[in-house]
Amino acid sequence: MSANPETSAPQADAEHDEHGHHPTPRDYVRIALILAVLTLMEYSTYVFDFGGLGIPLLVVLIAVKFVYVASWFMHLKFDTKIFSRFMYGGLALAFTLYVLTLIIILFASATGME
Amino acid sequence: MASADTAKRGGLMSRPTAETGWTSWLTTTDHKKIGILYFWTTMIFFFLGGVEAGLVRFQLAQAETSLITEEIYNQMFTMHGITMVFLVVMPLSAAFFNYLIPLQIGARDVAFPRLNAFSYWVYLFGGIFLYSSFFLGGAPNAAWVAYVPLSTDAVSNMGFYAIGLQIVGLSSLAAAVNFIVTILNMRAPGMTFMRLPVFIWMSLVTNFLLLFAIPIIAVALFMLQFDTIYGAQFFQPATGGDPVLWQHLFWLFGHPEVYIMILPAMGIVSEILPTFSKKPLFGYAAVVFAGAAIAFIGFGVWAHHMFTSAIGPVARSAFSLATMFIAVPTGIKIFNWVFTMWGGKLRLNTAMLFSIGFVSMFTIGGLSGVTHAIVPHNAQQHDTYYVVAHFHYVLFGGALFGLVAGMYYWFPKVTGKLMNESLGKLHFWTWLVGFNLTFGPMHMSGLLGQPRRTAVLPGELGGTVEIYNLLSTIGYVVLVVSSLIFITNLIKSIKGGEPAGLDPWDARTLEWLTDSPPKHYNFGTIPTVTHRDEFWHRKYAEDETGTPVAVPAGGSEEHDAAVRDSEAEAEEHIHMPDPSYWPLVMTSGMLPMGYALLYASIPLGIVAVLWMLVGMFGWIIEPVAEGDDDEPEPVPAH
Amino acid sequence: MTAGAHETTLGLDHRKLAMWVFLGSEFLFFGGFIAAYLLYLDTTAGGPGVEIFDIPFTTISSFVLLMSSLTMVLAHHAHTKGDMRRMRLWVLATAGQGAVFLGGQVFEFNVFWREGLIYGDSPFASAFYTLTGFHGIHVFIGILMLLGLYSLTLTGKIKPGQPIKTEMIGLYWHFVDIIWVLIFGVVYLIPELALLE
Ligand code: HEM
Ligand SMILES: [Cu+2]
Repeated sequence: MSANPETSAPQADAEHDEHGHHPTPRDYVRIALILAVLTLMEYSTYVFDFGGLGIPLLVVLIAVKFVYVASWFMHLKFDTKIFSRFMYGGLALAFTLYVLTLIIILFASATGME
Repeated sequence: MASADTAKRGGLMSRPTAETGWTSWLTTTDHKKIGILYFWTTMIFFFLGGVEAGLVRFQLAQAETSLITEEIYNQMFTMHGITMVFLVVMPLSAAFFNYLIPLQIGARDVAFPRLNAFSYWVYLFGGIFLYSSFFLGGAPNAAWVAYVPLSTDAVSNMGFYAIGLQIVGLSSLAAAVNFIVTILNMRAPGMTFMRLPVFIWMSLVTNFLLLFAIPIIAVALFMLQFDTIYGAQFFQPATGGDPVLWQHLFWLFGHPEVYIMILPAMGIVSEILPTFSKKPLFGYAAVVFAGAAIAFIGFGVWAHHMFTSAIGPVARSAFSLATMFIAVPTGIKIFNWVFTMWGGKLRLNTAMLFSIGFVSMFTIGGLSGVTHAIVPHNAQQHDTYYVVAHFHYVLFGGALFGLVAGMYYWFPKVTGKLMNESLGKLHFWTWLVGFNLTFGPMHMSGLLGQPRRTAVLPGELGGTVEIYNLLSTIGYVVLVVSSLIFITNLIKSIKGGEPAGLDPWDARTLEWLTDSPPKHYNFGTIPTVTHRDEFWHRKYAEDETGTPVAVPAGGSEEHDAAVRDSEAEAEEHIHMPDPSYWPLVMTSGMLPMGYALLYASIPLGIVAVLWMLVGMFGWIIEPVAEGDDDEPEPVPAH
Repeated sequence: MTAGAHETTLGLDHRKLAMWVFLGSEFLFFGGFIAAYLLYLDTTAGGPGVEIFDIPFTTISSFVLLMSSLTMVLAHHAHTKGDMRRMRLWVLATAGQGAVFLGGQVFEFNVFWREGLIYGDSPFASAFYTLTGFHGIHVFIGILMLLGLYSLTLTGKIKPGQPIKTEMIGLYWHFVDIIWVLIFGVVYLIPELALLE
């Protein structure tokens, strides 16, 4: 509807208008193809032996997939920054707290000093 | 909107319309009514929690005697803790959020009125579910912190705890989303962040804490529930599970939780002290910043509750440091409150007395908190009555004093009447004395070695400890008398209190701009905000020396059109959300759902799910009033 | 009181803001279970561990869920164009792929169970089933919402001028998909590499 400024556009679209470049179905399909390729690459770590590179590669692939879905399918790229803050803020908080917890637990049991 | 209108009139799905009478309470979506519902419900739970505390205190009044069995004793202190934390202090704060947030930001309601009703009913049913345990084989008895492996043992009845708190948590989560959106997105024109009343700031911070802390306890409670009822192995050492994981998850939630309980009270007090000191809050920005800092650091100190558990020396040092850091923003706030009063024209009425009581008692609790943060000290104090003294000074002397101050302060707003001041002062002084008599001696008895959560006071601790315990029990009796004075005052004042007038306190914030009690739609005209303490600035200007002088157009006492809310726009344009049955219908499904999970009953679970789905379906398809449904009629584009 | 977005302080629709606020908090929920799972990766009490995973199978079901995000976003796009016929088609396709994913999960659970990964036997088993089970429940709720969306467009309750409703459900759906991206990587692939080398 962003192409029809004369219609009384509902608010969701009024926002997109501000940013101007609402993605088209073609864009979405392109993103989906990229995601498919990335998934295939993830799978390849199971088939081939990447040695020590396997896990770092997987981490990167997961992150890229995450960002693609969030930015394009969830429109974060085109929406207000506030939404991104909630998304990545929640992610960062969860990551920090739980990783710290795991470190504490593993450290405490590894040193076996209790 | 013609279609919505006809639908609204028609048949089965029509929405309730009662504005008075008991159906109006069951179906209300008005934030003010929901606030009042919250308030009275917490009063009932406060009574229950108080009775449980009484049994504990009488049991410990003398050494080596037994009034109640150990089994009952364990249920009493456990239910006392759960009740006071989850069914009194948190929802009492929610009562204030509900009543005040829309009024103080110049809005007509919260963002999602039906979701707001949902939150209240879920809370109520969660509370009922928890208390039904007394009739269904015994209440939870493994303490509010529910340490495994004890808590996963069937004798602990912690299934009720795991599921009941899950239900109550759902209420808080829904409310948090609702209030965050309301505060971010429904402020009156000109109400920028730095013009928000401090109470609103603290509400915002609290609700963010809830938003991020509730999911953590949800995880912990699900694991506990699955371990206890369905044989999962999350915390079972027999198969390699780690009981300390529970402690981490609980306190990851638990420490933010203590700030969830104190920040609203801090917000309330930050409104009251300036009003009765006739000065703006000292260091507004610092108070706000400190509140946000407390919340942020508050997520990073959880393991200070676990210094005596297996966390290793590095974690101990780090968390000890972090915990001492958190006392800094707390200290900033205390200094700001003191400087607010400094040199002010103090009016020592009941609300003000309770606020000053808050600052002093909370400071004592904060100081004992810092002593806990010192690891060797902590090893000595942990699980003794010294800790009990600490958290009662911050929770009772802090949170509750602040909330009671808020009750006296906003009573005229809610009822249009004043509370009786002499009874109020009597309440304050007996409350202060009773409180200190009850919890002060616990510092001493704790340092002398009296353990927490022990059904019989050990005689070997000696006569001094016995005397301290007797004092505590006497203090409890004083508190009961004091509470009776309060309830008498409350009921008497509701029935026949003096008319309060529109602005009894010479207040500073927007809620006093409108009538008391406020009309259904709060404001005839949404105010435009140009200052922090907007209402004050409509009443006073400053002369060259900075002293406030009454604006001629609107004296502080007589209000005229320039100051008061205008009805100019009212009636025509205002569309308030309709009441609705569906939040009640849907949430009552929480009870069968709870029992289905508890007794692992699939048929009951199916009934409950269908019940709630029907409720949700009704919720979605019930007609929305004009103005409630923002979407334009179909405008198919090409 | 869902005022139009233009009347709100931030110029954002209440419902969309609320959805984002809620989704932000969901990380803390799934994160907790993922952490427990990682903690118990090796704690199998003699039962099966990560070697039980069938990576090719899970890759395919993960792929199906990923592609359901494409159809979801196409449904929203069609809705913004007022093309309700196409919108309904994409909504059904999304729900269908969700159902395929869920079916795959049920199948997988069955196989694992028969191979000896019993829920109450080890912390690993409890953590695995609970985490992926909660994700499955999220997918299930998403399917219910999609079917509700589908039917309500037929009754006229959801109008062509209200793409925000599809957008909201879409946000939830994509989020659940994103969580699976994390789970597929962190729960299946990485441990498989790390522990079986
Ligand atoms: C200056 C700020 C504070 C510090 C440094 C502090 C520190 C501590 C520490 C280290 C403990 C653990 C003691 C132990 O069990 O060994 C503790 C317990 C506790 N604190 Fe605080 N605290 C502070 C403020 C508060 C506030 C504001 C509240 C609530 C409004 C609170 C509520 C509690 C509760 C409920 C417990 C006991 C938990 C239990 O074991 O049941 N604290 N505090
Ligand atoms: Cu703490």
